[in-house]
Formats: sequence, structure tokens, C-alpha cells
Amino acid sequence: MSHVVALPVLIPLLAGSISLIFWRSHSAQRWIGVIANAALLVASLWLLRETWVHGHLVMHMGNWPAPFGIVLVSDLLAAIMIVLTGITGLATALFSLSSIPREQERFGYYPLLHLLLAGVAGAFLTGDIFNLYVWFEVMLVASFALLILGGERAQMEGAIKYVTLNLLSSALFLTAIGLLYGVAGTLNMADLAVKLAEVPPEQSGLLTVIAMLFMIAFGIKAAAFPLFFWLPASYHTPQVAVSALFAGLLTKVGVYSLFRFFTLIFDQDVAFTHEILLWMAVLTMLSGVLGAAAQYEFRRILSFHSISQIGYMILGLALFTPLALVGGIIYIVHHSIVKASLFQISGLVYRLRGTYELKGLGGLFRSHPWLSILFLIAALSLAGMPPLSGFMAKFIIVRAGLEAGAWVAVFFALLVGLLTLYSMLKIWNEVFWKAGPETQHEVPTRGQSPRLTYYYLPIALFAVMTILLGVAIQPIYEIAERSASQLLDTRGYIEAVLGVQP
Amino acid sequence: MLLAVLSGFILAFLAPWLTPRLGRAVGWLFGLLPAALFVWFASFIPVVASGETLLFSYPWVPGLDINLTFLLDGLSLLFALLISGIGTFIVIYAGYYLHGEAYQGRFYLLILAFMASMLGLVLSSNLVALFVFWELTSITSYLLIGYHHEEGKARASALQGLFVTVAGGLALLAGLVLLAVAGGSYELSELLTSGDVVREHALYLPLLLLILLGTFTKSAQFPFHFWLPNAMAAPTPVSAYLHSATMVKAGVYLMARLNPTLGGTETWLLLLGLIGATTMLIGSYMALRSTGVKQVLAYSTVMALGTLTMLIGVGTEKAITAAVAFLLAHSLYKGALFMIAGIIDHETGIKDFRELGGLRSAMPLTALFAGIAALSLAGIAPLFGFVAKELMFEAVLEAPAIGTVITLFAVASAMMVVAIAAVIGLRPWFGPRLPTKKTPHEAPPSLLAGPAVLATLGLLFGLLPMLPGQHLLSAAALAVAGEPIEVYLSLWHGFNLPLLLSATSLAVGLLLYWQWSRVQPALARLAAWDHLGPERGYEKVMASIVSISDSHTRLVQNGYLRYYILTIISTLLLLLAWTILTRYPVLPSPDLSGIAPHTFTILAITALAALYAVTTRSRLGAVAALGALGFGVALIYVLFSAADVGITQVLVETITVIMLVLVLFRLPGFLDFTLSGSRLRDGFIAVLFGGTITLILLMTTEVQFFPPISEYFIENSGPLGHGRNIVNVILVDFRAIDTLGEIFVLALAAIGVYAMLKLRAEDRKS
Repeated sequence: MSHVVALPVLIPLLAGSISLIFWRSHSAQRWIGVIANAALLVASLWLLRETWVHGHLVMHMGNWPAPFGIVLVSDLLAAIMIVLTGITGLATALFSLSSIPREQERFGYYPLLHLLLAGVAGAFLTGDIFNLYVWFEVMLVASFALLILGGERAQMEGAIKYVTLNLLSSALFLTAIGLLYGVAGTLNMADLAVKLAEVPPEQSGLLTVIAMLFMIAFGIKAAAFPLFFWLPASYHTPQVAVSALFAGLLTKVGVYSLFRFFTLIFDQDVAFTHEILLWMAVLTMLSGVLGAAAQYEFRRILSFHSISQIGYMILGLALFTPLALVGGIIYIVHHSIVKASLFQISGLVYRLRGTYELKGLGGLFRSHPWLSILFLIAALSLAGMPPLSGFMAKFIIVRAGLEAGAWVAVFFALLVGLLTLYSMLKIWNEVFWKAGPETQHEVPTRGQSPRLTYYYLPIALFAVMTILLGVAIQPIYEIAERSASQLLDTRGYIEAVLGVQP
Repeated sequence: MLLAVLSGFILAFLAPWLTPRLGRAVGWLFGLLPAALFVWFASFIPVVASGETLLFSYPWVPGLDINLTFLLDGLSLLFALLISGIGTFIVIYAGYYLHGEAYQGRFYLLILAFMASMLGLVLSSNLVALFVFWELTSITSYLLIGYHHEEGKARASALQGLFVTVAGGLALLAGLVLLAVAGGSYELSELLTSGDVVREHALYLPLLLLILLGTFTKSAQFPFHFWLPNAMAAPTPVSAYLHSATMVKAGVYLMARLNPTLGGTETWLLLLGLIGATTMLIGSYMALRSTGVKQVLAYSTVMALGTLTMLIGVGTEKAITAAVAFLLAHSLYKGALFMIAGIIDHETGIKDFRELGGLRSAMPLTALFAGIAALSLAGIAPLFGFVAKELMFEAVLEAPAIGTVITLFAVASAMMVVAIAAVIGLRPWFGPRLPTKKTPHEAPPSLLAGPAVLATLGLLFGLLPMLPGQHLLSAAALAVAGEPIEVYLSLWHGFNLPLLLSATSLAVGLLLYWQWSRVQPALARLAAWDHLGPERGYEKVMASIVSISDSHTRLVQNGYLRYYILTIISTLLLLLAWTILTRYPVLPSPDLSGIAPHTFTILAITALAALYAVTTRSRLGAVAALGALGFGVALIYVLFSAADVGITQVLVETITVIMLVLVLFRLPGFLDFTLSGSRLRDGFIAVLFGGTITLILLMTTEVQFFPPISEYFIENSGPLGHGRNIVNVILVDFRAIDTLGEIFVLALAAIGVYAMLKLRAEDRKS
């Protein structure tokens, strides 16, 4: 039993609770935020290392044997996701230091942030489908509270759509859990994998029906086509630090769940289920990027791109070859970093110029060359230009697609890459290259240049990461490759959890 | 070798910091790097000329077959020398040309990064590494075209250039992956010997078309040629370097490089031959039509790129020899002419040939080198351009197919090129002196160094064609052909058909120049037909991106929560129905006989309550009906002996109803905006959805593949969990972490509600 598996859940839960104790002290909460997230990052890296060495780490909660108790399991996919949680968590904590208004800090911003991260970590690590539902609920309520924090009218409007559609997803998820329990009599993922594999093929149609319910439930969470409506309605409304965290991490939980369920549990009818996923992926890519091309507000463009990029990740799963899964995993890593960074840049631009509308912006290349370079790195990476992380991720997916003969999917993957470049350059042209509008006012930075450091610090770190992920991708590739083989060969996972050879 | 490629990047990143510190000497100092590279590459000439191919390999991402493998043979060496050689003069030139500009540091960053990328491109043996450098040249080119980024036209041109080349680049990426699939390797060094396998492969045609899309867009072949003249928005050193001597030749390079693997088929010959010839003709026609100095030069570059493509397509020994000779000749004279165009602009402030004249006396040296370079462009003996042109005529005359067409195109194009060369070489310098914005002076050495050396080399190589021919060009031709070929360059080929064609084109060309002031406006009037041209196609595509995405987004993200829910439910229904119909052979026939009559009564009550809740117009009535429904559910729990769950349900229902009543009491009455049609639709979907879920429920209750784990809980909650209430033991012991999560959910909800009530934006503002 490895206790390190529980740390990524425990640290934010504890930090959230301590922050609640220090309800009245902003500065204590702020530094708890940074310290706890730094600790989370360290713990996540440790977890990744341990998982790399040992293959799978399992912790039986309350010492009840699987499949009766709940297990926390870390395989490489989960460990990678946890590291992303640590990275985006720390970046958000740093970015929040100077970007979150005082009154929101007073109303529980930091506790909400910690508990949201706890929910995310729990969802990545749990090996039990009902427990996954519980972590989804933690995430949903925490994210809803973060969405409405501030009480702007637009926030309320977005949050209503967000919570309604996500509750619909929860309801479907719960229904599916109930049906699956009725059929298989267990909730443990490894146990489900063993038992569903024993269902005679002529009766596995029922499993596929249940799989569809899970697919839709997670598809809503992941913001896939045509289920994504809540995302563009809400992601541009809260504080940018929150948007960055949501876009970088939260939608990935849905993608992760799809990866987990449609490799470990539902692999009975791959020709059928993954064909549906393939079309879902293609339409998601296309629909998202078209949505972005129609927008002229910084954060809205980014929100729609989040959808489009989710399509690439699902495509990696849908193609279901080792290389494609590697591509999907690397895409998840790449996108978390780049999208969080782009949202944070939009926040910094807002801080400097006081608007998110492209029309009212301009001239930043002249006045802020460093910020321009940071944006260009992230934007080109998102558009899949070499030698940045986005290129590597896209290249692997495209190569896997071509090797699998999925011509249509590859065509759209490439086309969407071009359209992504189109809207990234739209931002570049309007915000950075174009001369600033005559009436533009420089928002006073109140002589607090040290506070701008907390804006630049996470953005710069993200830029370094996307460059490294592009030019020095070999170690990440090796981890992703072994992770993909773990996903395709589920015996290791099952044996680690149940302690028996399947 | 790695250092040779990467040193450019290293200096590039230091450039913004170094530039202001080096002052006026910056150009000369930065020029040392490309000069050193040139010398270093030149030291390989003897080895490569002996037919050897050098491979340098550095692992990058071995798992993905991505490695920094560099291949040095005649072709890549020729390109590397051109890139570093011309690069040296460009860097020196820019030191003076852009002196004092705020962005000079950023300019050097980009141009040095470009040089390094271009070197990487031509030296890479690995397909993916090649593609990485390929795209890097596109990006640096984009940023350089948009150098004057506050002008809308520069931004639009930059975007156009990038969009066209990247679109082609993506096709190229797919093509290269397919090439690797077909040829079984990502290394050019291996693919070059497996041409037969690739040409026989089923994927040959698709991969060829995809790769050619990439090379045609990059090398501005018809119908993608339109971006190149617009790219002249860049500063002149950029136009000279990227958009004439090097980057635009990347496509030509790749076609030449892949000739042993892909070439020799009929498709190859037809596509490259015809498109190249068309591009050549259109380029020279457009050049003759234009008056802007850089426009004329840009279109003549299009002509040259077309010629090269055509020659590679023809693919005979003569054609390949002609191609490498033409490549060298063009780089020399076009680099020189562009730098001279920059000098003219810099010294006089004039960018149009019609306003130039009589500058010979003011800037004699510039005029001299312009004249030499123009002679080479026109293909007049004894310049190297003449050698190349003679070879070109020989090659097209001997072409294995479509020879007549491309010969006609070549002669027509050559006539116009002579006229263009005369416009460039004579018009600004001779005749009456026209007024200029600035008083012209002879250019300083840093500006003149490039044109002087390049033009002189053109003359020298023309007089002694064996000088480049013996070593470099023969090795390059060998690399393009993939097999040993006879390369013989000479100035004088005797009286033959090519010479006759040259003489004819010279005569007609001079005639055209004589009448240029009439011919040019006449041709310019044809611009009215340009709306049928490919550039308008580009504009239409860009406009349709906006309009399609607008209407798509209005349709999909329409803002109405009800449609979102409707879409999601309908999607789910569709998927479920499809799955059930295709994957589930027998629909269940539930056995109702075992169900007690009072169960039916409870079911009927809940169903009626649900029906009432959706049809009533009273809010309180709906809440009460929902309450009844909830109690019905509680009763069902009790019937199936889940008493504690039943009790919980009763408590929850009671509290919910009371709270809802309290809230709704303060709201105004119902207003009905819904049309009966949409109500019908919603009702239909709802019933269908309910029915489908019921059906699935029936399907699952029919089968129970495995005994549930709850048996373990029943057995062990006493002995191991020390509790007699199994549900309690499950909640606080077996699955305690679920409960922990739920506790936090409640805490979160409390914070959220507190913040929602206390922190309201409106209050804050007031």
C-alpha cells in the first residue's frame, strides 16, 4: 500500500480547511494558497516518480479490500494528470496573488480553489466509479461557487447554464452507475473490467447501451460536440485566474474519464463505441474552431478553442492505437499548459488596457515586447507550430491517424490547426501589431510593479514548459508511451488493484 | 554540424540585447557568423564533389523517429553555401539599411533565426526535422513581412503569406508522414534509395499531391503565386534574402531533393512541367506589367521559381543540370538586384520605375553592378545567366513529353524577361535625370558589398563556367538525379537551336523594352481581369471563414438553455436508440405477473402527480405535485424494504417542498410564452427519453451477470465493521471517503451561497 497516492487529495483538502479557519486573514490565505499548491506540485512529482518506478500504486481506503472498499489508484495516466493539477494549481495560486480582488478573497476564494483541486485530484486517482461521482460533485459545486463569486450579472447568467447542464451530466452519470451496478454488481473499476470481460459477447450489447450513457455524461463534462454549450456560456465570466484553471484543468477531467472508461471498462465493442468517439472528436474540433473564428473577445476566442482542442484529445482515444493514445495524452498535457497560459495573458492584457475586446486593444507589441513574445509562443503552440509542444502533440495524432487510415479525421485535424492559427493571428494582429486606438487609456498600474511580477511569473513558466515540451519531449514521450501501453493492456492495473492475475 | 545549424539561433536570441550595444558596426560583426559558416561549408566542397554523402546524426525524439540527422551532399551544400553566403551580405546590408530603427534588434533576431532555420531545412535528412525547420521559416517570414506592423497592408500581406504557406505546410506534413509510411523510413538518406518502392505504393499519388501542395505554396507556384509579390511589404533585405534567394526556393529544394524518390513518373512530369511552365509565363507577364521596383523583381522571382519547377519536372540529365545552374545564376543576380532596389529606395526615396532615370552619374558603381546583374537576368553572354538559359532551352527542347508546350512558354517568357531586365538595368540609370525625393549619393560599402560580389560572381562564373560546374554543380546535379550524370557547362555551345531561340527572344525583348511605355500600360489594363485570379479565391476563402463560422455559431451557441438541454437529450436518445437497434438483438418482454397490485397503485399516483406537475398553471400546485411524486418514490423504497432510504427521502421531500413554497410564494404568477408546437416537441422528446430509460432499466433487470458486492457488506458489517445498521457502516466505514467528499460538497455549497447572498456586484457599485 502506498500512502503517497492519497497526498494529492489530502493536501488541498487540508489547505482548504485551514484556509477556512483563517477566514478573516487574506494574507494567511494567500500564502497558504501558494505553499499548499507548491506542496501539491512536489507531491505530484513524487507520485509520478513512484508510479514510474512501480508501475501502479494502490491505496485501499480504510483498509477494506478491493472491490469492497474504495481504492485510490495511480497509474501513469493518473499521475500525469495529477502533475498537471499541481502545475496549474500553483500557477493559479501565483496568478491569484495580484489578480483577485480583495472582496472575492474575503468571500472564500481560496478555500474554494483548494477544494476544487481536491475534487479534481480525487477524480483522477479514484478507482471506484461511485467515488468518481462524488469527486465530480465536489468539483461541480466548487466550480459553481467560483463562477458566481463576484456576483456580476453575466456571471449569474453563465453560471445557471453551467450548473444546469452539468447537473444533467451528473444525473446521467448516476443513472449509468446504477445500471452498471445492476448488471455487474460492483463499483470498482478493476473489478468491472474483469467482470465485463466475462460477459458473453452476444449479451454485451447491453453494456454498450450503458457505455453510451457514460459517454454522454463525460462528453458533457469534457465539452464535446454537441454537448459543450455550458462552456462558451460561462468560461469568460469569472476572474481570469479561474477561467485559466477551468480551461487548463477542469474539462480535462471529463476527457480523463473518457480515457479511463473507454480503455479499462468499455472495450467490448471498440469498433462501435470508438467510431462514435471519432465522429464526436471530429465535430468537436470543427465546431469549436468555427465558434472561435466568430468571436472578437479575447476570452471567448480562447473558450471556443478549448472545445476544439478537446476534440484532438478525444481523437487520440478514438483511434485507439498505442501511438494515438500517446498523442492524446501529450495533447492533454500540452493543452493544459498553453490554454491556462493564454487565459492568464488575456488577464494581464486586461490589467494593462482595461478591456477584453479586440477592437479596443492594440499597440502592445510596441509597448510590451516581452508580453508579446510570451503570447506568440503560447499562441503558436496552440496552433501547432513547431518546435513547440502543440506541434509535437498534433504531429503524433496526425501520424497515428494516417497510420490507421483515418483520412477524414486527419484532414479535419489539419484544417482545424490552420483555423486555430487564423484566430490566434487575429488576436496577434488586433492586440499586439495593430496601433493602439487613439482614445486608449493606460490603466494605471498604481506604481505596484512587484504585483505585475505575479502576472508574469506563471505565464513565463508556462512558456518555458511549452518550449521544453516541444524541443525536449523525449522524456515526456517515454512516460506517455508507457502510459498508453498501460491503458491498452489493463492486466497490470487489475492485478495491482485486485491482487490477482486476471 | 549541430553547432553550425544552431549557432544562428543562439546569435538570434542575443541579437536584441547586442544590437543597441554594437552601434554602427552591428552589421559587419553579425555578418561574421554567416561568413564563418560559409567558409566552413566551403571546406566540404572537395569531399562532396568526389561524390561522397556525409551524414551527421543527433538523437532528438528517437521514440517518434524524430532525429536531427543532417545530410550533406551536393544539393544541400549548394543551398547551404547560398544561404550563408548571401546571408553574410544581407546581414551587413541591414546594418546600414535599418540603422537607427527602433526594431533593428528584433529584425536581427528574426533574420538570423530565419537563416538558421533555412540551413536546418536544407540540411535535414529527417522528414520531421525538415518540416520543423520548414515551418520555422514560414513563421519568421510572417514576422518579417509584418515588420511595419502598424500598417494594415503589411499585416494583411504577412497573414496572406503565412496562411498560404502554412496551409500548404499542413498538406506537406500529411504527405511526409505518408511518404514515411510508404517508404518505411523517416530518413531521407534511406528514402532516396527506395524510390521504386514508393512509386509502386498505393499511396504514391495522394502523398505526391500532398507534398506538391506544400512545395507549390512555399515556392509560389501558380495558382498560389499571389502571396509573393505582396510579401514585398517587408524591408528590402528581407525581400532580397527570404523572398528571392532562399526561402521561396525551399519548395524547389524539396522537389529536387525528392526527385530520386518521387520523380520520373508521368504524373510528376505533367504536374511539375505544366505548373512550372505556367508559373514561369505568368511571372514574366506580371513582371512586365508592373512598375514598382520591388514588384517587378518579385514577379521575376515567380518566373524563376516556375522555371526551376518545370526543369525538375522534366527531369532529364540536361534539365537537372540546367536546374542547378539556373538556381545558382538566379540567386546571384536576384540577390544583387534586390539589394540595388533597396539602395535606390534608400538613396532616392522612389519605388517606381516610371519615376526613375539618369541616376548613372550620381551612383556609377550601383549602376554598373545593376547592369551586370541585369545582363545575367536577361541571359546574355558572357554572364552565367546565359549559360543557364542555354541549358534550359536545350532541356525543354529535349523534354520526353509536353516539349512543344513548355518550349513555347519558355521562349515567350524569355522575351519578356529580356524586356524586364532592360527596364531594371537601363531605365533608372540612363536617359534624362528625373527629380527625386532625396539627393542621390553613391551607396556606402555596406550596401554595395553584396551587389558587387554577387554581380561579379555572375560574370566570373559566366566566363569560367567550369569553376562552379566542375565541383559544386555536378555534385548537386548528382544528388538531384540520384544517379551519376554527365555535367558539362560551357559558355559556347556552337550555333544551334537554343542559341537561335536566345537571339530571337533577345530581339523581341529589346523591342518590347523600346515600346515599354506603351506595352506596360496596355498590359496593366488587363488587370481588370484579375478578379478571376487566384488571389480573389484567397479573399473568398477568408471571407467565407468568417461567414460560415458566424452562422454556425449563431445556430449552435444560440444562448437558449432550453435548446441546449433539448440538443443534449436528443443526442443521447439518438445514440441510445441506435445502439439498442444495432447492438441488442432481442428487446425485453418484461414479466409483470409478479408485481403486487398496490405497487401499481403507487406507480399510478406518482405518474399522475408528474403529469399534473407539468400541465398545471399554478406554481404551488406543481410543487405540491412534485412532493406527491417524491412521497410515492419513498413508498416504493419502503416496499422494497429499504426503510432508511425511504425515511431520508421523506425528510428531503418535506424540506424541499416547504422551501420551494416559501420561495415561490414571493414570485409573481406564471406567464406562458411557449408556443404549443414547441410544447408538443418537448413533450415528445421527454416521453421518448423517459421511455428509453425505462426500456434500458427493464433490459438491465432481466440480467444480473454477477452477484453484487453488497453481499460482502451484509456479511461483514457486524463482525468487521462493528455496526448493525449496514447502510451506516457503508457510509462511515466501507465507503467513508464518499461521505467525506459529500461533507465537503456541503461546505462548498455553504460558502457559495454565502458569497452569492453577501457579495453582489450591484451592491458594491452603489
